[in-house]
Amino acid sequence: METTLKTSKKRTGPVLFSNYQQADGIKKAIELGRENILLELKNSGLKGRGGAGFSTATKWMLSAAANAEKKFIVCNADEGEPGTFKDRVLLLEYPELVFDGMVIAGFTIGAKTGIVYLRGEYEYMLPSLEGFLNNMKEENLLGKNILEKEGFDFDINIRLGSGAYVCGEETALIESLEGYRGEPRNRPPFPVNTGYLGYPTIVNNVETLASIPHIIYKGGEWFKKNGTDKSKGSKLFSVSGDCRKPGVYELQWGTKINELLDIVEAKNCKAVQVGGASGVCLPKSQFNRSLAYEDAVTGGSIIIFDESRNMLKILKNFMEFFVEESCGQCTPCRVGNTKLLEGVENIEKGEYTFSYINKLKELGKTMQAASKCGLGQSSPNSFISILDNFKEEIFYSNRKGIKNVKA
Amino acid sequence: MLVVEKNNLSYEIERMIKEYGNDRQSLLQILQAIQKKYKHISDFAQQEIARLMNIHPVEVYSVISFYSFLSTEPKGRNIVRLCKTIACDMAGKDAVEIAVKRELGISFGETTNDQRISLEYTNCLGMCNEGPAMLINEKVYTHLDPEMAVNILNEIK
Repeated sequence: METTLKTSKKRTGPVLFSNYQQADGIKKAIELGRENILLELKNSGLKGRGGAGFSTATKWMLSAAANAEKKFIVCNADEGEPGTFKDRVLLLEYPELVFDGMVIAGFTIGAKTGIVYLRGEYEYMLPSLEGFLNNMKEENLLGKNILEKEGFDFDINIRLGSGAYVCGEETALIESLEGYRGEPRNRPPFPVNTGYLGYPTIVNNVETLASIPHIIYKGGEWFKKNGTDKSKGSKLFSVSGDCRKPGVYELQWGTKINELLDIVEAKNCKAVQVGGASGVCLPKSQFNRSLAYEDAVTGGSIIIFDESRNMLKILKNFMEFFVEESCGQCTPCRVGNTKLLEGVENIEKGEYTFSYINKLKELGKTMQAASKCGLGQSSPNSFISILDNFKEEIFYSNRKGIKNVKA
Repeated sequence: MLVVEKNNLSYEIERMIKEYGNDRQSLLQILQAIQKKYKHISDFAQQEIARLMNIHPVEVYSVISFYSFLSTEPKGRNIVRLCKTIACDMAGKDAVEIAVKRELGISFGETTNDQRISLEYTNCLGMCNEGPAMLINEKVYTHLDPEMAVNILNEIK
């Protein structure tokens, strides 16, 4: 069936899914003024929710300080990490949070234009999002002199991607917006100084922007009460795989993997992939680790595997993904991922030696160090963690051409 | 291509460039629009876009070749993209894949003889909690089983 795009079920959660009335954040932002918004944001300790975890306040301050005739706010809605779908839920069910967040960002750094880079796969959202933006224009939440504040002009337009995972990387996203191949740039210079068309640009994840109106309206102190010392606030987790209740959950940072498995009613769980294909795969012995920037970090993707799953097949699926999605610009990523996939296929056939496997792991570490962007830096994570954490299953069991080492 | 068709295409490209602007940052939007309307971006279209935007045709081709939703070869009237990423794979993508191939008599990467459907794989659609999932043009279908998927495909024109 064609998917019904909205659920009538009201979600609840400590921060993002708590009560919020559209425009409250914008009104409060005007009241506070630029400096105080930045202070409030700094006090909240908000970090980027896309996975990298850079301080949002720092990003905003750098672009606020930049001197330029134009500035841009870009909302990164190129959600492509396998197992991630929180942005879909936010955009469909809580667009007011995302757009209010962009308006506040525009007000704070003095940008007049906001761009939502929506992945091509989400084109079906376009009518509802554009309808929502039109309503905001009618209510004077977008356009000229927003809420009668002299000189507060801001507009949002939506641009579509065309099916490229790497465009979720902020500089690749900017290249794509400028009409080029979505190949990541060298950094520095960072987009906060030299971004879209060379102007200072903030690129924030959908979830980061959606947190902003709450923080501004309810205060950094309120936000900070959630989470842990090093990871403030809450996080949306997109849970999929072998469990009875997959879906999007808003939980405190610091939630243990075990606790999450209970919430989603996962049984006979063997492994949890934290952070999607570019994240790490954790075995049962590590389920007491907590989900936080200081421990097991994730942009939100949690994929659960039960006892019946073949870990090597899962790894092959991940490596095929990276071989396809590598932009091919830098050698470590382009060639490295192909070699790692080849390695997985050789293990499958039983054609390997342990020194070959060790060479591949070393290659993985080289890719982590030498790749130009996050794709190649993180793609070996699942390769290394699956081969290390599930070596009994992969190497010691009876496979074609291999002697049974362990019963 | 007939001269009349060529003229129509040029006219259409001119109209799109008027709508989106002839700055470089409009290129991707123009390509997306052409792809949507003509199901591919032909050599002739690439040259026309390049001429009107004052860039080299190779620049246009390089952008098309980068994005998986753009193509230089003609596609069917409907593009079906089945998600093959891990969550959909675990939810039963293989069974859907086999049923669809058998029903249409083509493999993934091919187009039916009547130009009705092109079958393609795609990476994660962001429907991981509702797999297996597929896109038909821009619409998304979830919780598929083999029979349901085939019925949906048989209904599209």
